[in-house]
Amino acid sequence: MQKITFTINGHAETKEVDPRMTLLKFIREELHITGVKEGCGEGECGACTVIIDGKAVNSCLMLAVEADGCNITTVEGLQKNGELDILQKKFIEHNAVQCGFCSPGMLMSAKALLTKNSNPTEDEIKEAISGNICRCTGYKQIIEAIQAAAAASSLVARLRRKYGKHFCD
Amino acid sequence: MESTFVINESSADIADYTVVGKVTPRVDSLSKVTGAAKYVDDIQMQGTLFAKVLRSPHPHAEIVSIDMEEAKKIPGVRAVICGSDFPHNTGIYHVDQYIFAMEKVRYVGEPVAAVAADTEEAVDLALSLIKVKYKPLKANFDPQAGLKKGAPLVHPNLHKYYHVSAINPTPHTNIANHFKIRKGDPAEAFKKADYIIENRFHVPQIQHVPMETHGAIALTDQTGKITVWSSCQSPFTVRYLLSHCFQKKLRDIRVIAPIIGGGFGCKAGINIEPIVAALSTKCVGRPIKLMLTREEEMYTVVVRQACHIRIKSGVTKDGKIIAQENEYIWDCGAYASYGVNVVRAAGYSLCGPYNIDNLKGDSIGVYTNRPVGSAFRGFGMSEIHWGIEQQMDMIAHKLGMDPLELRQKNCLRPGSKNATSQLVDENTGNISKCLEDTAKHIDYNKPREKFRAVGIASAQKAPAMPNNATTSAVAKFNETGGIELMFSATEIGQGSHTAMAQIAAEELGISVDAVSVISWPDTDYTPYDWQTVASKLTYSCGNAVRMAARDAKNKIFTIASRAMEVPEEDLEIKNGIIYCKSNHSKKLSLPQVCMGYQYPDGHTIGGAVSGMGFFTPENCINCDPETGYSPKPVANWTFGAQAVDLSVDPRTGQITIHKVACVYDVGKVINPQCIEGQAYGGIVQGMGAGLMEELVLDEKTGKVLNPSFVDYKVPTAMDIPKEMVTSFIETAQLDGAFGARGIGEHTMIPTPAAIANAVYNATGVRIQTLPVTAEKVLKGLERLATEAQRHRE
Repeated sequence: MQKITFTINGHAETKEVDPRMTLLKFIREELHITGVKEGCGEGECGACTVIIDGKAVNSCLMLAVEADGCNITTVEGLQKNGELDILQKKFIEHNAVQCGFCSPGMLMSAKALLTKNSNPTEDEIKEAISGNICRCTGYKQIIEAIQAAAAASSLVARLRRKYGKHFCD
Repeated sequence: MESTFVINESSADIADYTVVGKVTPRVDSLSKVTGAAKYVDDIQMQGTLFAKVLRSPHPHAEIVSIDMEEAKKIPGVRAVICGSDFPHNTGIYHVDQYIFAMEKVRYVGEPVAAVAADTEEAVDLALSLIKVKYKPLKANFDPQAGLKKGAPLVHPNLHKYYHVSAINPTPHTNIANHFKIRKGDPAEAFKKADYIIENRFHVPQIQHVPMETHGAIALTDQTGKITVWSSCQSPFTVRYLLSHCFQKKLRDIRVIAPIIGGGFGCKAGINIEPIVAALSTKCVGRPIKLMLTREEEMYTVVVRQACHIRIKSGVTKDGKIIAQENEYIWDCGAYASYGVNVVRAAGYSLCGPYNIDNLKGDSIGVYTNRPVGSAFRGFGMSEIHWGIEQQMDMIAHKLGMDPLELRQKNCLRPGSKNATSQLVDENTGNISKCLEDTAKHIDYNKPREKFRAVGIASAQKAPAMPNNATTSAVAKFNETGGIELMFSATEIGQGSHTAMAQIAAEELGISVDAVSVISWPDTDYTPYDWQTVASKLTYSCGNAVRMAARDAKNKIFTIASRAMEVPEEDLEIKNGIIYCKSNHSKKLSLPQVCMGYQYPDGHTIGGAVSGMGFFTPENCINCDPETGYSPKPVANWTFGAQAVDLSVDPRTGQITIHKVACVYDVGKVINPQCIEGQAYGGIVQGMGAGLMEELVLDEKTGKVLNPSFVDYKVPTAMDIPKEMVTSFIETAQLDGAFGARGIGEHTMIPTPAAIANAVYNATGVRIQTLPVTAEKVLKGLERLATEAQRHRE
């Protein structure tokens, strides 16, 4: 067993972990955070995507010990103070969810994209989620949801820049 | 997003509703975007044991012996079981399968034994210590060869199996089901034809690829009751079959279906549940979880059946198809599962949405030593339309006629009779208008550059279910005038729960927000539904929900009528308020009535209101076994058409899909945004089947060679068309909830054939074997170039 210290969804934690355990299994079965899904276990489907230090990562391809010192966000960490993230709101609004199994991973890939590129093109969105397989939606409404989230966030950012503390979203 | 709704004027039940026909967010989306949604693997009960299955490495072999003694000695191992521990049969249409293989194995991946233990490591070690001796038998992987005399029999005891009456096996052969259509006099009609055009087509086995693999938890308690949590589409069918399998009363089996991460048919019927249930009976009091790996998912449960198609058409010069022979030889794989009913559905849907007076049809399901064939979105329709819709184009080209015109000339219209001689009327649905609108959306007649063209294909599908398949629902009022809505449809992504909430809200005059859908079917608590299959929910469950809501509303009116001192007929509910229709100032709010009405002095009339409803389609008649005749073989038909605009790179054969348009006659759109989601999802899944998907089997070993996402590609966001356009026609289904018919499966039916037709129109290359890969297109182009060269010389 090896001791690791990390932050997950804003909480700092220290845990003993089997060095052979994947990060996916650790999050799901040791931390009981189950929004993260296993779809293939070999880094091909993206259902297990989490954000580690700003980057979207397949948690099935990473060992838990490698997360020592890292900041991890899962879909459960997207809400802030009980309010949904703009991506979550837009996924609901645009019917970007059907069976929902890919949704947590899809949202995390989209979140990582918008964090580094607030105004992505359609092709950039497709590329960012190309490692997340969805078998239900045909992707169209997912892409529209991400575009809408980007548009809404950049509007908010513009208004915030313009009005400073006088702006309330 | 472009979308239009064409209302057929003749429709009686199409009106403007408050909730039905409007966009409303999915009732399950909040839980799915927050991580709150619990799928079966997210249920983590204390003391859960791990389970895994030992599988056959042979496609066909006698089991000589199984030695499990060493495995049982491993510390932490709680149960090691094999066929002789549970010699019970199971199967949904043919009872042809044991929980674990008994005398012999019939495909690579068939369960032979299973282990449950405290840790995954102990399970793995124990599995590796089970010694199975096999004596290999000659295997057969080709259903056509399996029909020949002397072919190895996959099920020598076929004549002894119990099967449901609609299935017609041939004893002492490999034929699991044979469905016949004999309509008119095709032999005579072929003589009158100006052209006889005969072609063969092939569809390979493909995988459903639900993002959540099959998984189940079972717990046998000290009274012997078995509770199963399963990612399944059919909780009541699972309960019924488990009770047979384990010889228990229904009350001693409970099946709970949590939220399901995609099904597409592979989670219909019964699958891995008997394995976990069997293990749990040996570990009383401990939950046992079995989650399949992606590799196991690819070939050990079920796959879409392969099909060999032969179509021979007799056509007159002016483009009327006067005779046709359709032959479908299906690869059922090692067990009949759902596949034999796909064979039946292909039979009664024989020639697609066309009016052909003289037909000879044979749909034959054959056992082989391949993975088990089963239901897949479209239930045989995508497979047969791959042949039917290319044949239409090939006829048109032979005649020098436009393929769209040929379809319009031959498609079903009021007064025509379909394959089973069922009379089509003005309420059946309008395929002609679907074709017309699809052509408009794709700009059918626009000239396009070289190597770019449009292909079109039609589709028809009916719910393939037993004629007594029934559904029920309960609507319980709560204290604030909302309802808890209970039914046993499983939410596999199709949006059923949202549609049901809208239907209930519309009927009751309340908002969707006031409807709480109890979303986990539980055979101990939620009312009966046969299964979640056949695109039947909006139609069947929708009717049951509407009836339950109406029943509750009538009870509300009974109480309110006394309280308000107005006749029941003079009452209506709008926005949660009960009004006197003739005098709107007389009103009561629902909370004042739905728990009983209390007078100022305290005395109360009525009580907590709930309503019940059920639905079974009426007057569906089994097809005649010799001719296929039935005046109404199925509950309803949904027609549609799809067109693909693509270009081909002549240097590589690579296909780029620019636009896909589709139009379906769905009766009534319940939720415009959800139905668009079904259309886009179906198109892209159809593109997967059309362009890239095929389960490849090594015929030396019987092993599937591409059981992973590395080697079995499905469409990603990078593969989708640049544009997808949908619209819907609303010819009301007279017995549908608010006029609705099913749509979930239909959207992937015509895609592969439309792609193949477009590729032909763009290049002259006709691909008759799925998938339409760049390699096949390129080879075709090279062949054409060689032929042209030879012609010049």
